[in-house]
Amino acid sequence: MTDNPAPTQPPIPPKSEYLAVQASPEFAELRRALRRFVFPTTIFFLIWYATYVLLGAFAHDFMATKVWGNINVGLLLGLAQFVTTFLITGLYIRFANRELDPRAAAIRAGMHWAQ
Amino acid sequence: MTTTVLAAGQLGNPAINIGIFVAFVIVTLAIVIKVSSRNTNATEYFTGGHAFTGRQNGVAIAGDYLSAASFLGIAGAIAVYGYDGFLYSIGFLVAWLVALLLVAELLRNTGKFTMADVLSFRLKQKPVRLAAAISTMTVSLFYLLAQMAGAGGLVALLLDINSRFAQSIVIAIVGVLMIVYVLIGGMAGTTWVQIIKAVLLIAGAGFMTVLVLAKFGLNISEILGRAQEMVTQSTNKGVASRDVLAPGAQYGTSTASKINLLSLGIALVLGTAGLPHVLMRFYTVPTAKEARRSVVWAIGLIGAFYLFTLILGYGAAALVGPDTILAAPGGQNSAAPLLAFELGGTILLGVISAVAFATILAVVAGLTITASASFAHDVYASVLKSHKVTEDEQMRVSRITAVVLGVLAIGLGILANGQNVAFLVALAFAVAASANLPTILYSLYWKRFNTRGALWSMYGGLISCIVLIVFSPAVSGTKTSMIPGADFQWFPLSNPGIVSIPLAFLLGIVGTLTSRDTGDPAINAEMEVRSLTGVGAEKATHH
Repeated sequence: MTDNPAPTQPPIPPKSEYLAVQASPEFAELRRALRRFVFPTTIFFLIWYATYVLLGAFAHDFMATKVWGNINVGLLLGLAQFVTTFLITGLYIRFANRELDPRAAAIRAGMHWAQ
Repeated sequence: MTTTVLAAGQLGNPAINIGIFVAFVIVTLAIVIKVSSRNTNATEYFTGGHAFTGRQNGVAIAGDYLSAASFLGIAGAIAVYGYDGFLYSIGFLVAWLVALLLVAELLRNTGKFTMADVLSFRLKQKPVRLAAAISTMTVSLFYLLAQMAGAGGLVALLLDINSRFAQSIVIAIVGVLMIVYVLIGGMAGTTWVQIIKAVLLIAGAGFMTVLVLAKFGLNISEILGRAQEMVTQSTNKGVASRDVLAPGAQYGTSTASKINLLSLGIALVLGTAGLPHVLMRFYTVPTAKEARRSVVWAIGLIGAFYLFTLILGYGAAALVGPDTILAAPGGQNSAAPLLAFELGGTILLGVISAVAFATILAVVAGLTITASASFAHDVYASVLKSHKVTEDEQMRVSRITAVVLGVLAIGLGILANGQNVAFLVALAFAVAASANLPTILYSLYWKRFNTRGALWSMYGGLISCIVLIVFSPAVSGTKTSMIPGADFQWFPLSNPGIVSIPLAFLLGIVGTLTSRDTGDPAINAEMEVRSLTGVGAEKATHH
């Protein structure tokens, strides 16, 4: 990162403006976009992780099933947790760059104190 | 093929081990002194001036997170218990998604120095700050204790110091060094130490992984097979009967231990986003976008590292063998250093051990600065002095706190010496997930959430968690407990997460709904708008 702007203090908008922004359709849209992505994704990976831990705790024989050489189901499911974690991270970055950042920037630019 | 070195009770050359370690301390201290010339005000001291890039900060987060627990503890647990050790890695990694998706950016947008900044934003300042500071310091102390225990074990192994007293002196030296880093370096200094250490640790673990893979012709199945063979040949019947390739060796014999595994899993996955020293790292970057980038770097590095520890753990079982590991001073925690010696002799052992020492030192410094910042900023400046203090005074109080915490950590570390480090860290995760996470999530996502909900959740989570730990088999009642002589245990699980975390979430809801306090709509609006858009927190980008 090379951007190193002049050390200006971040300007603080007047309190009243926050209520107006919070009530605006643009802000509602940003909030909806964020929640529509993060809540279902969080529920998905928590359930997937819980399934894995439950299998690890109660289904030893299933996890010990050999798939290839000494590599068994448990090991593959564990590695699959790594894969989904990396995948979700990548998807979130793409989503945030496309859907969140432009919306947040537009709202910031529209607030009076910034002009 | 296994070592005969241990028969002599001595591993490697203590002079080389100490030499490499001292070199690391000197180099990092020089860097800390160099960057600390900028520590002229509180923002610099506590956050490094929000001046780190996402990548630098991501590496530092990985440095903070990949503590001795990950390196020594997980590799050791995999070497001795096999698959059950791997479960730690997965919980520690998946946990980052909670931080990435739900917490990091909104927190960066709303706060300034500490976790309490966010929690007290729209709630009553003093009581909430006090609660947040108490839980921050508790979590940090648990985490510190684990690191100190790791230091003790490592020293026992490297310098062949077997007397508890001499090990205690070494723990004290580690403690004193960390205090020096924090006093001189502040956040910028400790961040640079983290960055250097993270690079060394990940490179070192990667190098060892390549060596292990090379020994087995890149055939992972063969490493696993050999590890199982070595375990089966163990002279200890309990160890020999283990199936280390499947879950169950550590958590599988009884229903209680199966539930204990669930409890551990819950604590691990929900703990990370409540760890104060991780949360504080989101303030060392200038914007939410950089906070996001930090987490992505951290996830990549941490994920790669845990894949390495999987190979290292099974590699240690295959090449060193569980009997040698368990017989070594330091026990399980010595699997990774023993493997280094097996692979690369004295030099590799010296380097890897110095890196492990450095890890402990750096993590301990990071924890100390978080806890002392929280005390100075939240308790002293906000609660005791109602914000009528200068930044210089805050820094002075923070430095005094760092010394006090250092001394406390030394004392507790001496007590916890010999415990598995990953297990101890898991307790810190349970406390963080119980005391901090519910309130963080509620205050970011639930408009109706109020002060009573926060206090009930934080104190309820904290107290229930601590009480259950005290009366668990981790503290008393078994041979491997912290106080092996006593027995006042009645709670069957050694990790309390499955009880205390849902309880804390529930208390937050009940506390909120039983109070008529709905907060100030204007402040609620300010927090929500700021957290989502970054207004007021972003560096000004006027054109």
